[in-house]
Amino acid sequence: MQYDHIVEIRDVSFGYDAARLVLRDIDLAIPRGAVVGIMGQSGCGKTTLLRMIMGALRPSAGTVRVLGHDTAQLDRDGLYAMRSRMGMLFQFGALFTDLSVYENVAFPLREHADLPEELLHDLVMLKLEAVGLRGAAHLMPAELSGGMARRVALARSIALDPRLILYDEPFTALDPISFGVISRLIRELNGSLGATSLIVTHDVQEALGVVDYVYFMAAGRIIAKGTPDEIRASHEPFVNQFVNGLRDGPVPFHYPAPDYAADLELARAG
Amino acid sequence: MNAADLRARIERLGGAMTSYVWRLGFASRFLAYLVLHSGTALRRFRLTVKEVYFAGVLSLIIILVSGLFVGMVLALQGYQTLQRFGAAESLGVLVALSLVRELGPVVAGLLFASRAGSAITAEIGLMKATEQLSAMEMMAVDPIARVVAPRFWGGVISMPLLAALFSAMGIFGGYLVGVQLIGVDAGAFWSQMQAAVDVREDILNGVIKSVVFGGAVTWIAVFEGYDAVPTAEGVSRATTRTVVMSSLAILALDFVLTALMFTGGNAG
Repeated sequence: MQYDHIVEIRDVSFGYDAARLVLRDIDLAIPRGAVVGIMGQSGCGKTTLLRMIMGALRPSAGTVRVLGHDTAQLDRDGLYAMRSRMGMLFQFGALFTDLSVYENVAFPLREHADLPEELLHDLVMLKLEAVGLRGAAHLMPAELSGGMARRVALARSIALDPRLILYDEPFTALDPISFGVISRLIRELNGSLGATSLIVTHDVQEALGVVDYVYFMAAGRIIAKGTPDEIRASHEPFVNQFVNGLRDGPVPFHYPAPDYAADLELARAG
Repeated sequence: MNAADLRARIERLGGAMTSYVWRLGFASRFLAYLVLHSGTALRRFRLTVKEVYFAGVLSLIIILVSGLFVGMVLALQGYQTLQRFGAAESLGVLVALSLVRELGPVVAGLLFASRAGSAITAEIGLMKATEQLSAMEMMAVDPIARVVAPRFWGGVISMPLLAALFSAMGIFGGYLVGVQLIGVDAGAFWSQMQAAVDVREDILNGVIKSVVFGGAVTWIAVFEGYDAVPTAEGVSRATTRTVVMSSLAILALDFVLTALMFTGGNAG
């Protein structure tokens, strides 16, 4: 099937009920081979958008096309067929805690391909070598550091050579070395696999160094988009506050509250 | 109490009832889906065997030790009563029938619910909380077929075996106390037992009970785990619910099954 964009989202709105929309009028296109970031505050709808691309949610309006398929038209088998061409890295890795590193990476291969054990072994070692953890194949997930667990999960998510790799908050709670390793891996794997990557994150500064293009979300809408340089130079107040980590701006520091003096009963005492 | 207050109470009661019925329906659909998608668990039977190990083999110690003690207590208590009527030789029958018909399936079921049922709920709940089930779905692997179904069938297979071992161990405990300790005649103990216990009426019905209890407990356990709120508190609540609900289910089902099995059959 021919398609120019790996992910194409047109006029998408979504709400769990009609009165409260979580996503509004989203337009977004991810070209083949690109590394694209979706950034924004917690609760701005990024994860909902990601779940929609995974096919776990269907849009209330508009179309979501992923790898050439309209996700709303797919049945369970179609959805699973689409997902077998996608890889996803979860926030904390989501490794299977009862399986070793080796078996975790072998899991998708065992489930989807009936390979001889020797070939399976070679493939698993190849994937583990790509993330630098061939030597840790025998370890259990509980024996790994956070950064290593994330790398094993990455090896697992690329086990089936996906066309599209989704990253959900890949930089959360990583030390600087692990962060450097993960961000380099994201770029390298995208190139070597000929894949396309989508990073959903609120770690703006870190992510801006990795991605080719950024969509900025706030309150369920895309409020800015552009290359990392364009985003850094943006005058849009929210983007400015977010990128520079300012305390006050369109997102106020204070949660809405009654008058401070009244709360302290100063008014009455005075 | 004014009318508005009364109305609010009735509404709350109605709401609670509706949500219970809704949940029961949801659990039934879950069971139907699980049974329909059991192909993987049966085709790759090693997955189910692994769960038989976790639910069954690892429950052996508690089942065997409890069985032994229950049998010993039955013999002590039974002897006290039987000897008053000069029927101490029937001790074997009393111990065997009590265990095979009732105590074996029921007590083994209760122990199974607290040992294996709670573990199944906690494991599936934590897999959900740590996104392992979502990760599986993203790898185009159905977690119900791959994780839930093998655990369900593992429990259903384990439970009758555990109940049988519980009864066997209990009879052995009864023998130790009745024959070795108190001095009931060994020949009478065993031969009366052999004559009085019927394979179809007693043993088969006991096995049917244990299969039903195994199915009920494991169904509750896997459903509570899969439906758990994915937080530490949610998983702990789900685990508690599994133990409470399965214990109640075992006792209620036991009454129903006993009423169906033994009233008509034994009278005739």
